[in-house]
Amino acid sequence: MANHSSTHPAHVQHHFVDSEQQFDSAKMGMWVFIVNEVLFFGGLFCAYIVFRTWYPDLFTQAATQLDTFWGAVNTVVLIGSSLTVAMAIRSAQKNQQRGLEINLLITIALACVFLVIKYFEYSHKIHIGILPGAENYTFEGIDHPLAHVFFGIYYIMTGVHGLHVIVGIGLMLWIYFRARKGEFGSEYYTPVEITGLYWHLVDLIWIFLFPLLYLIE
Amino acid sequence: MATAEATTKTLKVQRFKPSENPTNTYLTDEKGVWAWMTTVDHKKIGIMYLVAVAFFFALGGFLAIALRTKLLTGASIDFIDADAYNQLFTLHGAIMVFFVLVPSIPAALGNFIMPMQLGAKDVAFPRLNLASFYIYVVGAIFTFIALALNGLDTGWTFYTPYSTESGSSVIWVTTGVFILGFSSILTGTNFITTIHKLRAPGITWSKLPLNIWALYATSVIQVLATPVLAITLLLLIMERWLGIGIFDPAMGGDPVLFQHFFWFYSHPAVYIMIVPGFGIISEVISTFSKKTVFGYWAIALSSLAIAFIGFLVWGHHMFTSGQSAVATTVFSFLTFLVGIPTGIKIFNWVATLYKGSIKMDTPMLYVFIFLFLFSIGGFTGIMLGTLSVNIHLHDTYYVVAHFHYVMMGGTLIALLAGLHYWWPKMTGKMYNERLGKVSAVLIFIGFNVTFLPQFVMGSQGMPRRYYNYIDQFAPFHQTSTIGSYILGVGFLIMLYYLLHSLFRGEKAPANPWGSRALEWQATSPPDFHNFGHTPVVIHGPYDYHQPMEEFQLGIAVDTNGHGKDTHVEPDDPELDKWKNYSLG
Ligand code: HEM
Ligand SMILES: [Cu+2]
Repeated sequence: MANHSSTHPAHVQHHFVDSEQQFDSAKMGMWVFIVNEVLFFGGLFCAYIVFRTWYPDLFTQAATQLDTFWGAVNTVVLIGSSLTVAMAIRSAQKNQQRGLEINLLITIALACVFLVIKYFEYSHKIHIGILPGAENYTFEGIDHPLAHVFFGIYYIMTGVHGLHVIVGIGLMLWIYFRARKGEFGSEYYTPVEITGLYWHLVDLIWIFLFPLLYLIE
Repeated sequence: MATAEATTKTLKVQRFKPSENPTNTYLTDEKGVWAWMTTVDHKKIGIMYLVAVAFFFALGGFLAIALRTKLLTGASIDFIDADAYNQLFTLHGAIMVFFVLVPSIPAALGNFIMPMQLGAKDVAFPRLNLASFYIYVVGAIFTFIALALNGLDTGWTFYTPYSTESGSSVIWVTTGVFILGFSSILTGTNFITTIHKLRAPGITWSKLPLNIWALYATSVIQVLATPVLAITLLLLIMERWLGIGIFDPAMGGDPVLFQHFFWFYSHPAVYIMIVPGFGIISEVISTFSKKTVFGYWAIALSSLAIAFIGFLVWGHHMFTSGQSAVATTVFSFLTFLVGIPTGIKIFNWVATLYKGSIKMDTPMLYVFIFLFLFSIGGFTGIMLGTLSVNIHLHDTYYVVAHFHYVMMGGTLIALLAGLHYWWPKMTGKMYNERLGKVSAVLIFIGFNVTFLPQFVMGSQGMPRRYYNYIDQFAPFHQTSTIGSYILGVGFLIMLYYLLHSLFRGEKAPANPWGSRALEWQATSPPDFHNFGHTPVVIHGPYDYHQPMEEFQLGIAVDTNGHGKDTHVEPDDPELDKWKNYSLG
């Protein structure tokens, strides 16, 4: 884009009338995107519900193989990261440069902790033969012919969620480096805000996944 | 905010008459292949989509001609055996649905026209818009890889369990369509935001062109339905790759669950295809009758009603798949219900014609073709939604004829109406009107010769997707094939005169049809920023009883830092008259 006239602050893209319109648009765009994410996961939840209704004992038996303790730790980790990302937005709004950077870093760190714990959960399962797919699945600890179906659903749901966590880390790193260049403040914090919105969604999905997969009896 | 509160403000407006000889247009602005490929201008992106869609349409059309040629006889012919036939109809269907009809109107014409109708400079997220285009291209590349490998023979519906067992490249195509879905989702997100946030002063919801209402309803469906397709395809890919056991009965899954998932997207998807077509019809019919659209709100809201009810009827594709009797009854009832908002539209369009001063130019000719063909398509849809009749007609050529009447007779014809209507705006050139009419008539005749016999043979029991047929059906198949050749000729003529107009065509005036809609108050082709001023709208887009100059108002802006002069001169003698105009 060419340079902008003096009435147009640098962060306002040329096709917007003013900063407010740009902010409103970005926020609305993110909300619409969130609706779309909800439907995306909605499909998975739907598959979950169908199979759970058909095979209730499969779910209660198979869920015993999931580690409730580490699942709970991860829940706390993600909720904590939602708090820090909210604090990051607040810092940006109040022009607190340091607070913004530190809170972003903590959020990124917590997201990484989540992934590390998830990695250990996965590798333990893979180790004992709980792999996705009927042919790869060799674990014999669950007395149900369709045990692989439960774990298929488990791997896809947590896997797709994990991908969202990775994308979130990427986004927050990008926001962090822009923040270090001093791009954000009370005048302009749109990217921080909409990344935060996205991150809350990632958190929220986990809050549904955790009880549905780990806590069923 | 510039849009919502503007209605109560008093604005200093002037008249801006669009120049007939623009020197700076979006076509002269950034030239060269690289500038096009990296542009964030919604108009150029729209044109790029248009080229891509035309390419895929040609490819899909070529496959269709091959299919029809094979069906001249029931036996095997040299270059198409039974397996090749399965591949041909699958690719034909998948390409036409996913690569042509879904993106055609919203992403190609919509991208170009929507911001102009809103008086905006661009869509809300121009870079995302460009990204959507490249996502589409990547999806296409995956499909081509599949073609080069083992092709695809599952039908465009990818039904399990066949799709988990077929030897063809299912994963490549489904991944391609999965990727394509994101293009559609992002376009929808972009459009919804743009329509909410980027309207020029004075454009209230009641002054939105009906094309915008239609694109809005479409975008809502895209955002709500496409993610479900994405997850369905992801599950299918996992099923085929790892054998998760969700859809394949051999591993504990349920194939009917796949059908539910698939149609939960794909029925709404048929509205993703047709609703934007409705928008075009409303625009063209008003312009060429020089009359306010009859029942503005009825047309606007019925699009939303269709979008909503369209989510509740997917089960009508599965009447014979073993749904419960209650489910089939409810789905059948809801299917009838969706005919109502569609019927409302048709009646309002016809009422718009009443006492209008109708001008039968090519776009209007296509509107009439649309009304005729789409009505047949809709009525046969209602017949198919009738339970007892459906058992007989399901999976026959009757269904093939039905969806061609709605998809080609509806969406594609509407697309052609829009293409001819906006061609002068997009390219700055006029096409040959006589050839335009000749090809429209050929397409109309060819279409009916191709697909009317399919209703008859379908009702007599000819199953769809069959490579072979008994002698009883030979005359129908042969007529149908001849029709497809006539269609082909019609399209070739169109290709000729459109290309010809690009190079040799007469220069188009800014407003060749005398329309009141905002996009026609820009130059042809438009400026890089669409308008050199901020348009201000005081009348609805169909208010033909108001004088033209009241549709050309705006606020002067500086050159917006782009260092270029606006080419539109305020019409000086009139200046005083317009100084203060209170909106609302
Ligand atoms: C009045 C509105 C409509 C009604 C009541 C309706 C009804 C139906 C029904 C009941 C079927 C299932 C037939 C069967 O397989 O047994 C069907 C199939 C189909 N319809 Fe429609 N339809 C309508 C409009 C449309 C529109 C607007 C489109 C697309 C633009 C469309 C595209 C299709 C397609 C592609 C199929 C076949 C899918 C397949 O099995 O491959 N329909 N329709
Ligand atoms: Cu349907």
